[in-house]
Amino acid sequence: MAGKPKLHYFNARGRMEPIRWLLAAAGVEFEEQFLESAEDLEKLKNDGYLMFQQVPMVEIDGMKLVQSRAILNYIASKYDLYGKDLKERALIDMYTEGMADLYEMILLLPLCRPEEKDTKIALIQEKTKNRYFPAFEKVLKSHEQDYLVGNKLSRADIQLVELLYFVEELDPSLISSFPLLQALKTRISNLPTLKKFLQPGSPRKPPTNAKSVEEARKIFKF
Amino acid sequence: MAAKPKLYYFHGRGRMESIRWLLAAAGVEFEEEFLETREQYEKLQKDGCLLFGQVPLVEVDGMMLTQTRAILSYLAAKFNFYGKDLKERVRIDMYVDGTLDLMAMIMLAPFQRPEEKQETLASVIQKAKARYFPVFEKILKDHGEDFLVGNKFSWADIQMLEAILMVEELNASVLSDFPLLKAFKTRISNIPTIKKFLQPGSQRKPPPDAHYVDLVSNILQF
Repeated sequence: MAGKPKLHYFNARGRMEPIRWLLAAAGVEFEEQFLESAEDLEKLKNDGYLMFQQVPMVEIDGMKLVQSRAILNYIASKYDLYGKDLKERALIDMYTEGMADLYEMILLLPLCRPEEKDTKIALIQEKTKNRYFPAFEKVLKSHEQDYLVGNKLSRADIQLVELLYFVEELDPSLISSFPLLQALKTRISNLPTLKKFLQPGSPRKPPTNAKSVEEARKIFKF
Repeated sequence: MAAKPKLYYFHGRGRMESIRWLLAAAGVEFEEEFLETREQYEKLQKDGCLLFGQVPLVEVDGMMLTQTRAILSYLAAKFNFYGKDLKERVRIDMYVDGTLDLMAMIMLAPFQRPEEKQETLASVIQKAKARYFPVFEKILKDHGEDFLVGNKFSWADIQMLEAILMVEELNASVLSDFPLLKAFKTRISNIPTIKKFLQPGSQRKPPPDAHYVDLVSNILQF
């Protein structure tokens, strides 16, 4: 019997969180091995487990997968969350790549210098309101269906809702003029697997704080 | 009869170059519309062609596709450059993502201040030699085949060749410790469609110069 997927990362959201969301949404139980020190990371590298010396790494189906996008693509395909054909996949990819761009800005915020923080937050707010949220609202408006692509749940919906929660933590007012995004957020949050993931005690990680950043600096030496 | 794909970008490599490589490798003729003014760019945005207001944009098979990776994945699958099954696809994704990480650093360099640019380029050479090239040398060594994945020409090979040539432009001897990559470079360069693309007069673009940097900075206003 195939073992559960095993996630290697430190105990924080970082670049592993979208992978946790996707597995959780697919109803797939997984294990986590947390890096707690620089030595833990060195050991993984020395054992030859990290193709490019980096985490995230996910052990799944006899493989040691690295590169978040490759991992997400694999999981989405395996659990039928990637559209029904090539054209739907292209749309899903286009949407999730846009999401990844905004996600990256928020992800890196805790690492920026204090004097730059306000400028970066303003940039995120501007891009969210003027570029990203309008694009997704428009997609939902164009077909009036419950899901972004092909009238069926896909990784695009799961990743968008993760992003909506992420943005909400930064500034809850940003979603206020986007009714269809709000409705999607509610609808997807109520899917049984995600409802469970959104409850305390799940593998979902809390927002990144100063302590997490310190831990990351220690483990990854930057 | 299907129309030729149409590429909308600046007259330079940037984020469109990998797409040109893929189309060329597949022997697919394509048209290009070059952005030369801010007005042209704003027109594309106003006409609703750019989902997130950004280029690259590729018009293909009735879709207005943006987001480089979405475009690359679509074309790779369409031209049978994406492996025969999910396991081959994830390997191609991992290799391509690693390669694209390296190339992203090279792409960024021309737009940085001189001191940062020096640092970035030094880092590119260092990472190419210590992190990326050793991985691919080992992959080729372990299976002894002509191509990176599944004994068949794929997107991974095309991306790898593009990356090798870009790094060699920065440091001509970068492959000196990698005999299998050297042989790989020659072999892939001799594939008829690739050979044609590498000749003068093809749609391959030259390395960015000061004029290109100015043009892009003016049009994108940064």
